[in-house]
Amino acid sequence: MQEFILPANNAEMTWVCLLIPLLPLIGFLINGLGNRKLPNGLAGLIGCATVIGSFLLSLYLFFGFEGYGNRPYTTDIFNWISVGALKIPFSFQIDQLSLVMLLLVTGVGSVIHIYSAGYMSHDENFGKFFSFLNLFVFSMLLLVMGSNYVMMFVGWEGVGLCSYLLIGFWNKVTPYNNAAKKAFIMNRIGDLGFLLGIFLIFITYGSVSYGEVFNQASQLSEVNDGVVIAITMLLFVGAMGKSAQLPLYTWLPDAMAGPTPVSALIHAATMVTAGIYMVIRSNVLYTLAPVTLEWVAIIGLATALFAATIGLFQNDIKKVLAYSTVSQLGYMFLALGVMAYSSSLFHVLTHAFFKALLFLGAGSVIHAMSGEQDLRKMGGLKKALPITFLTFLIGTLAISGIPPFAGFFSKDELLAHVFVHSKVMWAFGLLTSFMTAFYMFRLLYLAFFGEFRGTEDQRHHLHESPAVMTIPLIILAILSTIGGFMGLPAVFSENHMLGNFLSPIYELARRAVPSAFEANHLSHETEYILMAVSVGVAVVAIIMAYFIYGKKRTVPAEEGAALSPVHKLVYNKYYVDELYNALFVKPVMALSTGLYRFVEKGIIDPIVNGFGKVTLGGGRSLRFVQSGATGSYILLMVLGIALILLLNFII
Amino acid sequence: MNEIPEVIRTIPLNLYLYFSTALFCIGITGVLIRRNAIIIFMCIELMLNSVNLLLTAFSAYRSDPNGQIFVFFIMAVAAAEVAVGLAIIVMIYRNLRTTDINILNKLKW
Repeated sequence: MQEFILPANNAEMTWVCLLIPLLPLIGFLINGLGNRKLPNGLAGLIGCATVIGSFLLSLYLFFGFEGYGNRPYTTDIFNWISVGALKIPFSFQIDQLSLVMLLLVTGVGSVIHIYSAGYMSHDENFGKFFSFLNLFVFSMLLLVMGSNYVMMFVGWEGVGLCSYLLIGFWNKVTPYNNAAKKAFIMNRIGDLGFLLGIFLIFITYGSVSYGEVFNQASQLSEVNDGVVIAITMLLFVGAMGKSAQLPLYTWLPDAMAGPTPVSALIHAATMVTAGIYMVIRSNVLYTLAPVTLEWVAIIGLATALFAATIGLFQNDIKKVLAYSTVSQLGYMFLALGVMAYSSSLFHVLTHAFFKALLFLGAGSVIHAMSGEQDLRKMGGLKKALPITFLTFLIGTLAISGIPPFAGFFSKDELLAHVFVHSKVMWAFGLLTSFMTAFYMFRLLYLAFFGEFRGTEDQRHHLHESPAVMTIPLIILAILSTIGGFMGLPAVFSENHMLGNFLSPIYELARRAVPSAFEANHLSHETEYILMAVSVGVAVVAIIMAYFIYGKKRTVPAEEGAALSPVHKLVYNKYYVDELYNALFVKPVMALSTGLYRFVEKGIIDPIVNGFGKVTLGGGRSLRFVQSGATGSYILLMVLGIALILLLNFII
Repeated sequence: MNEIPEVIRTIPLNLYLYFSTALFCIGITGVLIRRNAIIIFMCIELMLNSVNLLLTAFSAYRSDPNGQIFVFFIMAVAAAEVAVGLAIIVMIYRNLRTTDINILNKLKW
């Protein structure tokens, strides 16, 4: 059956595939077990070396892939679950998609690990931090390398766990713990959908292995088949949770409570893109369900727009970036919804570069400001932090979509696909793009230009971060600059490197629904105009931000100052958290309090305690039989024997 | 032992049965009503002997030697028990100057 995926017949490949996730796992075990005993330097070295090792091995796989005949292959490690008809091997699938994700996870992961060694150097739980980071990388690798949905689910849960552990890393602060719990619970809601989707896949296709499922789906299912729509919808619920889409997005901004490298690695570059990876992986199923795709596009667009508006008025440097992440993820789903799978992945890649860069830059700022995150207390950091400023500027330009930085190419390609699909969606996408450029430059002006607004102590403390932190920034800045060239638009070059590379993974979908893949090329003039429009919009936004926050030096209002109603509504994030609180949290709390008071206290407790009391009381009263008088014992014994004999006689 | 000896047959099995039962009941009564530990001990011996007698009688009447072999075992065990039991009683007497079982109630809760 599996004509597209061959088993690897090469022991070397098997070992390489096995080692890639194994290295971070070993790092996790060493750092986790030796948390308090290992010196910080060694812990950091182990943490970084294992991930860099995985990166090198991934590179090896990547460059060996062509030599292997450019064909996807699976490597069976062992037989994992085997119950009746359900056979789930523990095996890895290496194809174009997993290779790209591998390079992303281990590459950006390595850079962020190195950065963390500097950022967390003053933390007392340094080893613990690295062990969690390594565990995260391990889970993420399982997620992207697994050859079936169950392995993906295991990785999916693993990254969720690590996200929880790392958001609540500073677990002595209650709000941080609450943020961790919020992320965990919100993700569980999505995971329920994902899990049901997997069950439905197994019921429908009798397997959970990608090769098998997609083969069957491409041959048996029809377009807009009810079951396929149900499967894809359920899977998408999982993606909504993990990738912070409406209405399950509120955990991501709160997740910023974790250490900044965590925000960069988990909540911007890798884990949150798991939903996109999953949809691209399931492209056959999604292509067969245009109804779902339409929903994906609508929800993605709504999220992009919604989060971007909230980002406009945030004053916490990391919160702005967090809402921008939610917004960009919405963009990616919008692209998935219009079946621009490769463009979506392209944006995942470039976004990983520049958003990781921005987060790490923000981390560098926070480091210099001794933990201050409020933009209103910053300003004029340009001189004190030249490298951070320069790299941050590159990241900001990239996310705003200014050529030739990476964000321009991916965003432009994405918007071009949306334009073909629907002009209205494209207009809203453009609006989002406008807001993105605006709030990113607002952030830039507030933090790096103008007068310093912090305390005297902070002013004296200002310093550029050490090399271990600035070098990752520089690496990511370079990637953000040149990363876009792996997908040049058709007007510049016929050779879209990333698109061509990824093209084989849509083979089955193309066979199942040939019409969906019919090229609808834009004319070159249209493409130029689209490009010009999107750049123009970004430039206008930048100029606006310059006049408001650069030239006039407006500083956002202090906490509690009177705001216009609309401003207030947006500043308070549309009161969505409050809404959820009133709609879900409060009723559930009330219900559980009621259940506790009446069912637990009134019914269950008396029953359980009753058993205990009866036993105790019985023992206490029977104690008096134990008189110690030999005569009475003997009498009882004789009577007992007599009774037994009598019973024997009667019965 | 293919046939029952003449001597034994002169007394019917019923009488053995009645006698043993009487002996056993005397033993039980003694155990229940006497307070002296040594007397109680003797009464227990009486009960054991009644059982031994019964076993022997059945064994003889059924021409089966197994019963008599059991009797030997019971005697051996009883002897051992008496040795231990008497030792305990002597120790109790030495400590308490009495063997009255109504006073020996130290084993209660």
